[in-house]
Amino acid sequence: MTKQKHRESSDGHFVAPYDASISFDELPDSIPPSRYKPTWTGWVGITIFSFWVFIAIFGQYLAPIGENDLPFPDDYSEFQLPRAGAWLGTDVSDRDILSRLMFGAGRTIGIAFAATLLAYFIGVVLGIGAAISTPRVDMIVSRINDAFLSLPTIMLGLVVVAAVGSSIPVLIVTAGVIYATVVFRLARALGQEIMVMDFVEAARVRGEGRWWIITREIWPNAAMPLMTDFGLRLIYVILFISSLSFLGLGVQPPKADWGSMVRENLGALSYGASVIPVLAPALAIATLTVAINLIVDDISAHSGGKLSKRI
Amino acid sequence: MTSLIFRRLGIGLVTVIAVSFIIFLGTKILPGDAAQIRLGQSATAENVAAFRARLGLDQPYYMQYFLWAKNFLAGDLGTSLASDVPITELIADRYKNTLFVSVLTAIIGVPISLALGVTAAMFPGTFYDRILTFVSVSLVAAPEFFTATLLVLLFVFALGIGNAVVIGSTDGKGVFELISHFALPITTLCFVIASQLIRMSRAAVLNVMSSPYIEMAILKGVSRKRIIFRHALLNAIGPIVNVVALNLAYLVTGVIVVEVYFGYNGLATLIVQGVQTRDYVLIQGLGMIFCLTYVVLMLIADIAAYASNARLRHPK
Repeated sequence: MTKQKHRESSDGHFVAPYDASISFDELPDSIPPSRYKPTWTGWVGITIFSFWVFIAIFGQYLAPIGENDLPFPDDYSEFQLPRAGAWLGTDVSDRDILSRLMFGAGRTIGIAFAATLLAYFIGVVLGIGAAISTPRVDMIVSRINDAFLSLPTIMLGLVVVAAVGSSIPVLIVTAGVIYATVVFRLARALGQEIMVMDFVEAARVRGEGRWWIITREIWPNAAMPLMTDFGLRLIYVILFISSLSFLGLGVQPPKADWGSMVRENLGALSYGASVIPVLAPALAIATLTVAINLIVDDISAHSGGKLSKRI
Repeated sequence: MTSLIFRRLGIGLVTVIAVSFIIFLGTKILPGDAAQIRLGQSATAENVAAFRARLGLDQPYYMQYFLWAKNFLAGDLGTSLASDVPITELIADRYKNTLFVSVLTAIIGVPISLALGVTAAMFPGTFYDRILTFVSVSLVAAPEFFTATLLVLLFVFALGIGNAVVIGSTDGKGVFELISHFALPITTLCFVIASQLIRMSRAAVLNVMSSPYIEMAILKGVSRKRIIFRHALLNAIGPIVNVVALNLAYLVTGVIVVEVYFGYNGLATLIVQGVQTRDYVLIQGLGMIFCLTYVVLMLIADIAAYASNARLRHPK
């Protein structure tokens, strides 16, 4: 029998680090190399992700025509197949799918990015705040947080949209607040873990203030795991926003957004007309989220994959 | 153990009450008055006032909440604002579709994914394991409608089997006929839960495989198959049950998207309609049903974790 050590930093969480080349020779507690060098899966992820970020920023300037313009005004028919002038064909209202995809990129990615930033701001401030405050305050905040965590996110989203209607600011705030609950838990766990370390104790004995302890002692140590988690959260927020848009409760027409494009063009499938109007936006979302997932997996495998254990 | 389970049940009950508060208050901040929505803009002030009294809307919020909670427990979900039909009647002919799809997904998807996950853990690092891991890592982050589109592309467009929308009635169909009726939604959801289940069950088994007693068994010269089935799997059952319950809870989102995608009537399409028509009675009732299912599954997941892990049962 070959000498194999069945060791892998694994746990019940499905975002457990994906180890592309499982080598049992490396002990899980060996010191990880200090600089991050992406493996080939990492590079694939980085390439696709950079491509979409580029499209998100410049897509609306590079798009052949406007998001609600018709490429063939004289020849109106829905779900036209790709040809010169509309390289991905046309959608349910005969608009150019390629242009809508490029306009939608900025909206989908922008909303998701803003919501994730908001989630991080709320979650990290409250989480680290709870970790350093009195046990009583900590318990109250954590219990409220748990109640929200025990609800399916999409259901919370539905209730909010039903209550205040759907607009881009509402989407950002809703997704931000919903996903802040998860960030809160991570930030609090990290904060507590670091709080009991000797150097924090030393700072406290020195008589440093609370703000100093947060910014100079806790934050530098919590930043790296939080950054990796940011990628994961971004995936969930993209999926959440797209699902809401797909249900017709997110970005409202005629504005283009990847999730609502899938919804608008569902008819193409049942008529058997063309699969591109549905496949193109769905594929765009999938490649984006999978690319982020590949990067996150690569980084957390590199750093020993201890991130999910701390949650 | 029992006291821990009772404690967890107590926490579950508190969660349910908190959830009911959130849903009740969430629908209360709706702009506009339920009576006004129901009667339309042309209604006179007296009519609206009388209707408000009938719905109990003239009562203070806490009384409204108690009334609503009492009725909910008695199985009365109120009357839809949009169609003036009791919610229970609206649900009656729709809940079957949602239930069929979720239960059949669980029956088909869970055993297959677990078998794949455990066999992948049996041969870590092999080609088979890598392919499975790669597919599941790709699908786990993809939205449900992407998986659904790929399946439609393959079966409906390439192979010419079935239809991109689910049509027809389910009345009087046996289990196998139902499976073929809902073939595409069920397959989509199976992929959705499989991608997570394979990764998590593989991780659960590998986690057990790294414990010292397994190393001892390897050193004793026990065969690989025997180690997995006699030594490792028994200890991995708890985490795996936990994983299964968690994934069935995630199905709640998947079911909503899949119902809309394949365009058949279920509870999820009903709640989406409720949001579009601002039918808050409908949202309250159905929202509670979905959230209760979710909370109960999470509860099972936690209890399974307690039952399987002695360290959780005896915290320091």
